[in-house]
Amino acid sequence: MTPAIAPIGLMPYLVVSAALLVLGVFGIFLNRKNVIIILMSMELILLAANLNFVAFSSAHADLSGQVMVLFVLTIAAAEAAIGLAIVTVYFRNRGSIQVEDATMMKG
Amino acid sequence: MSPNAINWSLALPEIALAVSGLVILVVGVLQRRGEGFFPCAMLTIASFIGCGFLVALSGNGEAYAGTFVNDSFARFMKLLALSGGLLATVVTVGYQAEEQGTQKPLPFETPILMLFSTVGAMIMASSGNLMTMFVGLELSSLSIYILCALERDKVTSSEAGLKYFVLGSLASGLLLYGMSLVYGYAGTMDYTGLVNVIGGDDIVPLGLIVGVVFVVVGLCFKLSAVPFHMWTPDVYQGAPTPVTAYMAGAPKFAAFALFLRVMTGPFGTIAPKWQILIETVALLSMVYGAFAAIPQTDIKRLMAYSSIGHMGYAMMGLAAGSDAGVQATLIYLAAYLVMNAGVFAVIATMRRKGHEVTTLADLAGLSRREPGLAAALAIFMFSMVGAPPLAGFFGKFMVFAAAWQAGLYVLVAVGAVSSIVGAYYYLRVVKIIYFDAPAEGFDRPAPSLLFVSGSMGVATLLFILGLGPLMTMAHHAAQALVG
Repeated sequence: MTPAIAPIGLMPYLVVSAALLVLGVFGIFLNRKNVIIILMSMELILLAANLNFVAFSSAHADLSGQVMVLFVLTIAAAEAAIGLAIVTVYFRNRGSIQVEDATMMKG
Repeated sequence: MSPNAINWSLALPEIALAVSGLVILVVGVLQRRGEGFFPCAMLTIASFIGCGFLVALSGNGEAYAGTFVNDSFARFMKLLALSGGLLATVVTVGYQAEEQGTQKPLPFETPILMLFSTVGAMIMASSGNLMTMFVGLELSSLSIYILCALERDKVTSSEAGLKYFVLGSLASGLLLYGMSLVYGYAGTMDYTGLVNVIGGDDIVPLGLIVGVVFVVVGLCFKLSAVPFHMWTPDVYQGAPTPVTAYMAGAPKFAAFALFLRVMTGPFGTIAPKWQILIETVALLSMVYGAFAAIPQTDIKRLMAYSSIGHMGYAMMGLAAGSDAGVQATLIYLAAYLVMNAGVFAVIATMRRKGHEVTTLADLAGLSRREPGLAAALAIFMFSMVGAPPLAGFFGKFMVFAAAWQAGLYVLVAVGAVSSIVGAYYYLRVVKIIYFDAPAEGFDRPAPSLLFVSGSMGVATLLFILGLGPLMTMAHHAAQALVG
């Protein structure tokens, strides 16, 4: 364990990241309103994983977790850009970004 | 060779394909507005073929300090993904030729995005580290999110893009969280390191098991296996037809490549702990794919349920957990590639006065209007049922045999029953095209669509001729993986 994480221990980090994950997942499934909230929830899930990676990386004194976080941050940015672009296109066609309205196809 | 060697020449196919993608993008931008599509598509096809040769000639070994692995398994999967991308690009060219009359044809980026997605698929097939796996997976997925929403004026296309984006990124998020747990409890992200850590202990930490479950869930999402299939029908139906053709091919192979590599490699020693999970998913997918397809009236939606079922069958080989099982899965995927590309080429020809039609009723009497296409579609349908001596039969037979040898009798029995149930809706398509009163005729099909459906029809019919070499390749691939 590196000095940075030694006084607190690993557990608090894991608890916070698990809480973030649960918040994110529920934000996606229970949210019936706005697509933007879904985008925010997705960001929460990625951050939960990032927190885990950093905490474990510090605990193991191994750098690869932190390298991974850099990759994840980049990918999260790309994902947000693509997500917003798709939401924009959807809004232009449908005139709304309510989750309940995304029901053109069923069966 | 030192363990930290860069050894970049092993990744030459990926590098070459990615660079040519960038070059093609520049070529497309330099063309006049609306004229970029054709040159870009042709260049993409050429790069796929060139890259195929590079893959076939590439050597074995590890690159980038063990994060990138090239072996016969990776080569097999890369060739499958490249052929999937190539066929989908040819279908795109034909679709575009038919689309010319309408206001908004597909943009020139379409084939380029397919190319980048295929690069991601190839990286996934070669991953030797969880990091490489995640980056490849995202490169592949992000391109497909854009592809789905590419018909910008169609509300169904953008809705498909939205749904795929939301559920796909949720899956990536869960996968990533699983990877973080695996990293935390094993202390490494290298597959070889994971083998040592997991293989050394009798007691596997609970956190690691949870991590593996998350990874399995994320990959099942990408494979559209039940119970993580809910995006599939909507996305298949809403996305532009060539994109659906692409989605049903290369990304599925890549996800399977990951599944096979991760599950038999690093997590191979704890197989008894995850096998029941794979068996359940395979069983549910087969049954759901067979029953849910029965009431469908839209052929693209029908193909979505069909692909759910096929993924279930292909997973049976993985559930067997033996090298015969891996080999069977590979053969199954090769057969699936051939018939799937053919079906979507036929679907892309379904057009009246420039407008796309996709209901099953529109196919009525196709045998009288287009006997060649009708025969090809009938061949694909019989092959999907698993009728001998067509391509689908060999795939199905081998996964059943592998599962039987591994003692998964329940799985084999359920698979046989759901094959018979599935036969109902496949044969219903054949009945509609041959015996129903003819519907209004379609427009003249584009030559490249005829080419794909014809050549894939012949390939499905004469699959047995290529079976010997294919089996040898798949055998080497399975050996490289399971050892």
